[in-house]
Formats: sequence, C-alpha cells, structure tokens
Amino acid sequence: MKTIEDIRKIREEKRKELDLRVNTKADTREKHILICHGTGCTSSKSPKILENFRKILEEKNIENVRVIMTGCFGLCAKGPIVIIRPEDTFYSNVTPDDCEEIINTHIIEGKTVERLLCKDIDGKYVNSLDELNFYKKQKRIALKNCGVIDPEQIDEYIAFDGYKALEKVLFEMTPDDIIEELKKSGLRGRGGAGFPTGKKWEITKSYEADQKYVVCNADEGDPGAFMDRSILEGDPHSVIEAMMIAGYTIGANKGYIYVRAEYPIAVERFQKAIDQAKEYGILGKNIFGTNFDMDIEIRLGAGAFVCGEETALLESIEGKRGQPRVKPPFPAESGLWGKPTLINNVETYANITRIILNGADWYSSIGTETSKGTKVFALGGNVNNIGLVEVPMGTTLREIVFDIGGGIPNGREFKAAQTGGPSGGCIPKEHLDTPIDYESLKTIGSMMGSGGLIVMDDTKCMVSLARFYLEFTVSESCGKCTPCRIGTKRMHEILTKLCEGQGTEYDLYRLEKLASNIQKASICGLGQSAPNPVVSTMKYFRDEFMEHAVDKKCRTNECKKLAKIEIDEEKCKGCGLCQRSCPVSAIEGEAREKRVINQEKCIKCGTCIQSCPFHAII
Amino acid sequence: MCEQNKETCNCTCGCNGKDEFLEKLSKEYEPIKDNLIQMLNEVQEHYGYVPTNAQRFLSEFLKISMAEVYGVVTFYSRFTLKPKGKYNIAVCLGTACYVKGSQKIMDRLKERLKIESGETTEDGMFSIEETRCVGACGLAPVFTVNGEVYGKATVQKLDQVIDELMK
Repeated sequence: MKTIEDIRKIREEKRKELDLRVNTKADTREKHILICHGTGCTSSKSPKILENFRKILEEKNIENVRVIMTGCFGLCAKGPIVIIRPEDTFYSNVTPDDCEEIINTHIIEGKTVERLLCKDIDGKYVNSLDELNFYKKQKRIALKNCGVIDPEQIDEYIAFDGYKALEKVLFEMTPDDIIEELKKSGLRGRGGAGFPTGKKWEITKSYEADQKYVVCNADEGDPGAFMDRSILEGDPHSVIEAMMIAGYTIGANKGYIYVRAEYPIAVERFQKAIDQAKEYGILGKNIFGTNFDMDIEIRLGAGAFVCGEETALLESIEGKRGQPRVKPPFPAESGLWGKPTLINNVETYANITRIILNGADWYSSIGTETSKGTKVFALGGNVNNIGLVEVPMGTTLREIVFDIGGGIPNGREFKAAQTGGPSGGCIPKEHLDTPIDYESLKTIGSMMGSGGLIVMDDTKCMVSLARFYLEFTVSESCGKCTPCRIGTKRMHEILTKLCEGQGTEYDLYRLEKLASNIQKASICGLGQSAPNPVVSTMKYFRDEFMEHAVDKKCRTNECKKLAKIEIDEEKCKGCGLCQRSCPVSAIEGEAREKRVINQEKCIKCGTCIQSCPFHAII
Repeated sequence: MCEQNKETCNCTCGCNGKDEFLEKLSKEYEPIKDNLIQMLNEVQEHYGYVPTNAQRFLSEFLKISMAEVYGVVTFYSRFTLKPKGKYNIAVCLGTACYVKGSQKIMDRLKERLKIESGETTEDGMFSIEETRCVGACGLAPVFTVNGEVYGKATVQKLDQVIDELMK
C-alpha cells in the first residue's frame, strides 16, 4: 500500500531517473537500450534480443546500461526495433546476433552501427526516430507512453505523470467538472461511431442506480487493426486510470475490460498492471484516502467479431452468446445485468488522462471543427511503412499514405484505401485529399471505424475484395436478425457469381437493392454497416463490376475463373497434349506446331494447365 | 481425458465424469452462470477442445441447460468440439494479410494436407484454421504453427515448414 505522498515521491524521483528517455540532452551517464515488445516485434524474436543484450552486458561487466522492454514504436515494418537513449539512435531489423556488435561499437566505442540504421524512403540513412519521415507528421497523444516506458513497471508510468490525473479529479474536480471538461474538449468515441464522450458520461451519470459499471471495449475485431492492442501492450495503466476517472464521474465502483483472447500479450500485461495498481492501493478501497472505491476485472472474448458491438459485448460478459440487444434502452440506462453502464473504447480512454491534465482547450486546439484531437491508425497492406501512426484529425489520406506511409512498394500505383474494416468503405484515388475526420469520411461513403487503414495497389480486384469482406460478415453475423443473417449470404453469393463469370448486369442492381435493405433493417451496427464495402466499391469502381458482369473479365487476373489462360509461345513444344485434354476444343493448331487458345471458346477450367508437361500454359 | 478413465467408465462419452481439471476449476469459480465463457476458455486451453463431458459438467455446475452451454460453445469461434492436430496451423486472413496474398498460402496448405479449414488430418498430426489478424501486420502475410508466428510467408516457406514438421 502506498499513500498519496509515496506516489508523489516516486513520480518525482523516477522522473529524474528517466529523463533520458525523452530528453536527448539529459544530464546522465546512463544509457537505456529500449527494445520493442509489441506483438509484431515479439513475433520476430525481440525477447531473445533483450535476453542477449542482458547476457552480454553481464559478461562484459558493463554498468550504467539498462535494457528495457517497451511497447510499440509504431514502425512495425522495420521491426524488431532497438532504440538507444539518450542519444536516440534508431536501429531497425535487429537480429539476436547483432547484439554483440551494438554493444561493442555503440556502447563501448561510442560509434554508431551504420548498417543497422534505418533507411528512409528517399534512401538516406537516419540516425534518430524524429528524423524519419514516418514520424514527422505524427502527433502522439494516445500513444504518448508507447515506446517510452516499460509497460510492466508501474513506477515508470507514474514517472510520466501517471495517476496524476486521477489525483487531480479526486481532490480538485467534481464529476460535473469532468463532464464539462470532456464536453469542451470535443473528444468523440474512437471505436468508430464518434459519439461525443462527455455527453455519454453525462447521460450515464444521470441515471440513478444502486450499482453502475464501467466497461472498456478492447474487442478489436477489425482484421488488420491493432491500435487498441498496442495501447494495452504499451501503456496499460493509462486505460486503468481513465476507467477509474470514469468510475468516479458516473458513480461506478466496478469496471470490466473485455479483451480478445487472441491478444495474449495484451491480456498478460493488463493483468500485471491491475495487480500492481492493487498492490499500490491505487485500485481497491478508499483510494488515496478518499471514499472512492474501484475494482477492475478482465473478461476474455472468445473469437466473435460481433462482440465489439456494445450490447453484444455486454451479453458476452454475462456469459451468454454474444447477440446484440435491441436499442433503446441504451447501455447508459440498462447495460450489464440491467444496470447503467458506460462503455468506451480503449483509445478513447487513453485520451482521457491527457485531457484532464492538459486541459480541454489544449485538446480542442488539435484537429478540425467537428473532430478534435488525434486518431491512431493501423496502416497496413501495400504500403512501405506498415505500422501504427497517430495523426491529428484533418490530416489528409495522401499525407498518411505517401508522406508517413512512404508510398506504394514495387513502383505500383495506389488504387484504394480501405478504412473502417468490414464496416467501412474503399476510398479511391480521387478522394486522396479528403481530410480524415468523422464527417468527411462519411460523406465519401466510408467511415472512421476503429482505425484500420489498408492500402491497396493496382493489382487488387475490387470485386473480389468486396467478396472477401462479405465472406467475413457472413461468417461473423450472429444470426439474430434476418436481414443480416440471410441478406449478407445472398450478397456474398451474387458477388461469388460475379467473380466466377456467371453474373449479369441485373446482379448489380440486385446487390444495390439488397444492400440498402440490409442497411435499413438490421438491428445492430454489424448488419447496418455490412454492405458498406460493397456499396462503396460499386460506387467508385463501377467499371470493374461491369467488366465482371458483362465482359466476364477481371483486369487484375485475381479472379481465377475470369483470368485469361494463354500458351507461352517460347515454352510450347507443340506436343498437342493440351489440345487433347481440352473438353471444349478451344485449343487450336496443327500437329507439331505451337498451339493457341481460342479465348471465346475457353471456359477457363484449367485442365490444359495441368496437362502441359512443359509448364507453358499460364 | 476419456482415455484415462476408460476402464471405470459407465457414461456414454467414455469417462466416468470425474476429472481432476474440472474439479479444480469448480473450486476456482463461483457457480454462477456469468462465469460460463471464462470457464470454457480454460477448458479449451487445457484440452485443446471442449469435450462433451466438460459441457455436461459445466451445465450441472452452473445450473444451466446443456443446450445453453452448447449454444455458447458453438457461437464463439475459439471453442471447438473436436481436438486440434498436434500441429495447428492457422493462416491469417485478416485484410492486411489478404491484400498481401495470404489466400494463396491457405489454398496451398489445404492442397498439401488434403483437409479443409477447421479439420484435422486423420493421423491427428495437423489441423488448419483461418484466423483474423494475429496483429503481426508488419510481417504480412503470416501463418502460425501452435501460436508461433511465421512472417513474410510464401508458398515455398510454407512447404519448407510442413516438410520439416512431417519428418
């Protein structure tokens, strides 16, 4: 147990000790070797790197150097990443075998290991993180501590103003003050829908009940999105602190965080954070000597996308099938076990402490008229700098994809960017200069979503992409309401027909009709937004859909059944085996001459490909 | 678990219902139905699937019907009713991996092992699963073998890994 004075003391002392983490001119003889332990880098052996560093330091008996695991630095494409502070040297693609060289050259001789430096898009080697184009346009608020502190050490969190916001609200602010501050800040829900957070807290507070709950939605189901996970892995205490502030505001003393079981590292670190907070008396009874109590528990998800929908999530916490409830009543009135419940997304919570400490005016000065603050995106797909980026609202898609993301690899063309996962839409080239905020994205037929941003180059077929998303929604539809359960299946069938060359122009009309019906008649967000990927691709890539339906052509050759099968003249020996195997006699040519496929007769069955002994047919 | 209790067993599933792990579980959790998913997660983790008698046990312990337990088990994709193979290979079909061609990896895997996704080979060695995003998007496309991530995957790399495991 620690008293409030103890915590303040830790904050002051630790902050001095850790000054070198954020200050390149820190007055210290120590060096800290920071190693990314996000899921991406962990998969490429960063724990082994950490172990090696510690072993070598011990063998060589080097003092004043500490090796520290941190959360995600963001540039996952170049992982595993090692940063040495205070000089802020940034090493990328480090392997466990490189540790010895880094210690010998960098730590002992004081020189940089040039071959491990990161190469920027323009081909120049960069020394430090801040010099990278990737970081220049970013502004880290929610990810402030990610990559700076060791997430498993509560003291390090406390050092960087941790639990200071909690202290401030408990001693200086009333619940109404907090709500006022949040409303003024303009913070909106980061889970995707963008409901004003202050208003949500106010409504939940307004209901009287003997028990209320605070819930954190960490069921990050969008494939290709990993913002929430990175926050939980890199800075779990900021979520705990914000949930406590929420509890104090609405009058709840029990919190649940619902995390996907597929995120074992996040779950483990969050549990550790809860245990440490309990040990310090930060979670528990009579927090900081006040009469405020709070307890937080983890609930594991079990692999159902629909559980990211708030009411389905509540059902799942209650141990049932995760099927959404009909709204209203909203969870603010009747949530967990029928009690008023406040549900926010991880990233929303991560912003709370910063707003309380720095003030609403500071926060609302960032962003656009209607969307304040920053947004974290998981940038993925066909883009050079895959990783986690946090940008102020209003940044254009072009800046994210080309300046931060470093453009499209292999010299290909940008074709579309997909935001909002299976509920969002595709944004074509024409709209690259759209500022990213809730309203603008909606106007162009996509949505903010939780922050997945997948870039696609011109080798991707938009019809099969639409089918891919529908396949996802079909398998994740919970089955409660008919439009979603059956409607999405029908849409998927039509899209499959198009991809296999069996479609007609009338199918496009049917798709549109179905989409609009499903959007209007489904009961929850999953169904209402399931047709979005189809609607937006049909809007912007209509010609591609027409080609599939009318000309039976796929310009990217991704739809195999529509792909043109051709004989490579150079490889063909004229044996005629293909001609004999073709069921529709589409292969023409005389004996011992090179054969040609008559594209009009060809049914693309692929029999000839297998029959050719010289692999001349592709 | 059934194998161990074969001789003393009278029930239909092949075991006598006594099971150390389940006994232990019943001491750790309160018998309230809210705990169903939590307990199922532990069962899945321990056995690699949710056996029938574990479902029966949970139904009695939490005082809910078998149908309800079964309903929950089949709703969530993490719970399986059949044991997975010794090597469970999961291919990520999340968008980031899909865009980078993970479907080809999946197709090749099915072709090599001659089973569909969600199935186990007859010798119990391999099972295939499709997952949505393991979070290693920087390494896309990825597949995992018993949780260990293989990044920047190609068909050749997959073949190598399978050849290695088949030895």
